[in-house]
Amino acid sequence: MLFLARQSIRSVPRLNLARVAVGMRQLTTVKTTSQEEQNILVAQRKNRPSSPHLQIYQPQLTWILSSFHRITGVGLAAGFYAVTCTFALSSLTGLQFDTATLVSLVAGLPVAAKVALKAAASFPFAFHVANGFRHLVWDFGHELTIKGVYRTGYVVLGFTALIGTYLTFFL
Amino acid sequence: MFKSIIRLQGTRGMATQAAAQRLKSFKIYRWSPDTPDKKPHMQEYKVDLNQCGPMVLDAIIKIKNEQDATLTFRRSCREGICGSCAMNIGGQNTLACLCKIDQDESKELKIYPLPHMYIVRDLVPDLTHFYKQYKSIQPYLQTKSKPADGKENFQSVEDRKKLDGLYECILCACCSTSCPSYWWNQQEYLGPAVLMQAYRWLVDSRDQAGKARKEMLQNSMSLYRCHTIMNCARTCPKGLNPGRAIAEIKKQLAFD
Repeated sequence: MLFLARQSIRSVPRLNLARVAVGMRQLTTVKTTSQEEQNILVAQRKNRPSSPHLQIYQPQLTWILSSFHRITGVGLAAGFYAVTCTFALSSLTGLQFDTATLVSLVAGLPVAAKVALKAAASFPFAFHVANGFRHLVWDFGHELTIKGVYRTGYVVLGFTALIGTYLTFFL
Repeated sequence: MFKSIIRLQGTRGMATQAAAQRLKSFKIYRWSPDTPDKKPHMQEYKVDLNQCGPMVLDAIIKIKNEQDATLTFRRSCREGICGSCAMNIGGQNTLACLCKIDQDESKELKIYPLPHMYIVRDLVPDLTHFYKQYKSIQPYLQTKSKPADGKENFQSVEDRKKLDGLYECILCACCSTSCPSYWWNQQEYLGPAVLMQAYRWLVDSRDQAGKARKEMLQNSMSLYRCHTIMNCARTCPKGLNPGRAIAEIKKQLAFD
């Protein structure tokens, strides 16, 4: 091992190194083979942490709307399959789940629950449809600038508010 | 006597020295491979904005020089052409040398390394895989026939124009590491930076390997993990638009 050091007369405590480093420099070189360096690298790579991502990234219309599209898509599909599959299975299992039962079940709910149920379905539906068209526009190569992305994003949000409200309260 | 006073007035006054300190707090991500058991943490540094240059890079260089020599980051050109100092500043990926410090000292500034990357140390991410992906798209001119005069591959002005907005990329990896799709599928998805370069060679009128280039992308992972999130174009410190380039590749592949 080769050790080159220009040391000061008074010994420097390690913590203070940063402050004193301007005037002098400790230089240490170590002789290694490339294989030894590779081994150190491999050992280091095992410990490397992954840097933070979703939690620290600035909320932006771009990825927030994209995540909404994914979440509403999964939610709507899950709801759709849950109802239709139960419907289909009702005759096999003898479960009371036909149209008449559903109608009476919903009719028995308080108004607030009805509105909440309708809103939970209509807002995600309106958003997912509108954003789906936004994706089609993009796939044709239009509105693919930052301005275009924000413009179409706000149109989608406006459409969701309008149609979602209509479906919830006036239908 | 009078002369000396006049000369004194003529010299440049260091007005900032008299001004009060404007201490702004910088919280910086720290992790060292020497102490692998110690979890990554945020370390706070206070910098006097009156004594500091306007850019975030000025501040972290100042911190490294005066407060903590162990703070580690990459930097080189300090003018946005080398792409070394790419990091996540205030929640957005950008180059520290092109990012102005918010002069409101009551607000703290958080600085992280590029998101969802393996960390070598502090603000230095491991970009090995990113560079390998770039290499995989064969980013160089490939021709089958020799140029007519045996010397140059000519290109019309219109064809050259198609490369504008593509060739300026400095591969700082800001866009790729801002892309949620790249976060979750880094091993197989090429990411916006590399795909934009793939498009740059696809539209080059002089290149003759277009068919092979398209075939390489024609699978479910390399290209189609792009869901047009557009974080890439939003974050690019050079103002380029990788999202549009990827959409153009998709269009080309659709008509293949």
